Amino acid sequence: MPTYLAIDGFLAALFVVFSLGVIATRQMLGTLYLFMLNSLALTASAVLIGIALGSPHLFWVAAITFSTKVIAIPLVLRWSAGPQIYERREVEQVLTIPVAVLIAAVLALVAWIVSAPLVHAISDRPFAAINLPTGLVAIFFGAFTVAVRREAIAQLMGILIMESGAFFASISIVNDLSIITEVAAAVDLPVIALVIGLLIRNIHRVTGITRVGLLAELKEHR
Amino acid sequence: MSPLARYLVINLIQIGFLLVFAPLLQGVLTRIEEIIQGKHGPSIFQPYYDIWKLFGKDEIVSEESSWVFRFAPLIEFAMPIFVVMLIPALTAYPLFFAFAGDMIAVGFLFAASGFFVALAAMDTGNVYGGIGASRTRMVGFLAEPVFMVAFFTLSYVANSTIPYVVNASWAVSWAAMLQPAHLLVIVAFLLLVLADEKRLPVDNPAGKAETAMIGHSKNLEYSGTGAALMKWGGAMKFMTVLIVFLNVIITPWGLAATTHWSDVFFAIPKVLWKMFLFLLVLAVIETTLAKLRLFRISEFLASAFVICLLAMGVRLVGMG
Repeated sequence: MPTYLAIDGFLAALFVVFSLGVIATRQMLGTLYLFMLNSLALTASAVLIGIALGSPHLFWVAAITFSTKVIAIPLVLRWSAGPQIYERREVEQVLTIPVAVLIAAVLALVAWIVSAPLVHAISDRPFAAINLPTGLVAIFFGAFTVAVRREAIAQLMGILIMESGAFFASISIVNDLSIITEVAAAVDLPVIALVIGLLIRNIHRVTGITRVGLLAELKEHR
Repeated sequence: MSPLARYLVINLIQIGFLLVFAPLLQGVLTRIEEIIQGKHGPSIFQPYYDIWKLFGKDEIVSEESSWVFRFAPLIEFAMPIFVVMLIPALTAYPLFFAFAGDMIAVGFLFAASGFFVALAAMDTGNVYGGIGASRTRMVGFLAEPVFMVAFFTLSYVANSTIPYVVNASWAVSWAAMLQPAHLLVIVAFLLLVLADEKRLPVDNPAGKAETAMIGHSKNLEYSGTGAALMKWGGAMKFMTVLIVFLNVIITPWGLAATTHWSDVFFAIPKVLWKMFLFLLVLAVIETTLAKLRLFRISEFLASAFVICLLAMGVRLVGMG
């Protein structure tokens, strides 16, 4: 078990680094690749905990996560949003990146401190001590990404990172979740990505931009 | 042979290892990058030919320059030799000077050589040298606090800043290697190595346009022996940084555990093999990333700073 915990800690660190990368990267395509790597770390953690706890449900979680978040969602987003959007080199930010990453560091500390009593309450779950705080960090990072990025695709990455964070935490607490729930989540996410991707393509076609933050300023024609 | 004499000889072997193989690393890295880019590229021994050629050439020194210009190549060449005596280049056990300085001292020695090289770049009045020197200082100033936090994190995680002690603290078990804080320190150090060695995405080492250069404009005014020393010294500094990064932080294995000659000499191919693997990674990074704009470098280093903070946070909250 100590070896499994050590490897899970390693994966958790990767998960946090890739989540931070989504906040710090300027390139749109880079953001998408980092999300894929982040999902890969989630998949690996699910496989590891599945092996350690002998839970076949977690192998399903891993398979579903891999097929949806590492393969399906990036493909759907690239197809639906159109190539023009990924040709943009720089994602617009509300804050400068050094300020954003510093705030992210503070958020990580807050997440770790907030999760400490929860971890204590479920001390019978060995992986929760690693996955729960890490998942909470990703949820905070995802929410922060939504707030700090002006581009629609980057904001969607933030929402998906939040979802991955919730998964990262939950696989260590509830490791016998019914498969139907997993499948529902697996179908939901690519559909969400498809709908938002198509919406973004249309916004881009009509307005020439994907900075959805600016849309609040649009006025109706009289 | 007495143990004292044996230690002294091993120290000399470490220096010889650095002197002999440093240009080879540059040659291998260039060759790998050329292959990835679909080119044939020069021989891996090209840096040796270049250094040999430069030693045979006349040296031209501007009348406007002062003693600093002549002194800088010597200090650039000598500093890595001092540094390699402080770090575990081939042996896992401490040698003569192991406790004479820690990683902060290593940083200081390199900063001292960087200071003289920057002065020398401005000394001749060449405008590109001045621009490069001021840019190098800018990156240095940005990297300085990150280095400090990284060293602090390292000492916090490994309980020491002496390279041999840090090496031993990681090498003790796989669990120690896989600690989240350790991984985060590795990532932060990788970013720092790229910035400090002026590699992509911070600076383009293969760039030929003087106006875009950061660290590589410092050699422009040198010729003959001065240029050879700068080139060889730069290669040795790169190798020394790799030794710190690989032997101390990432992979603290493959070093000689005993003072037997066979053990020490067998460590040479093992360390070179680790370096080759890292050069492959570096070549992929350098061929896939574009150079950052000058004022984006602060973002790159801010990320390294925050990753160091996360490493400390992880350790503080008891996650690893």
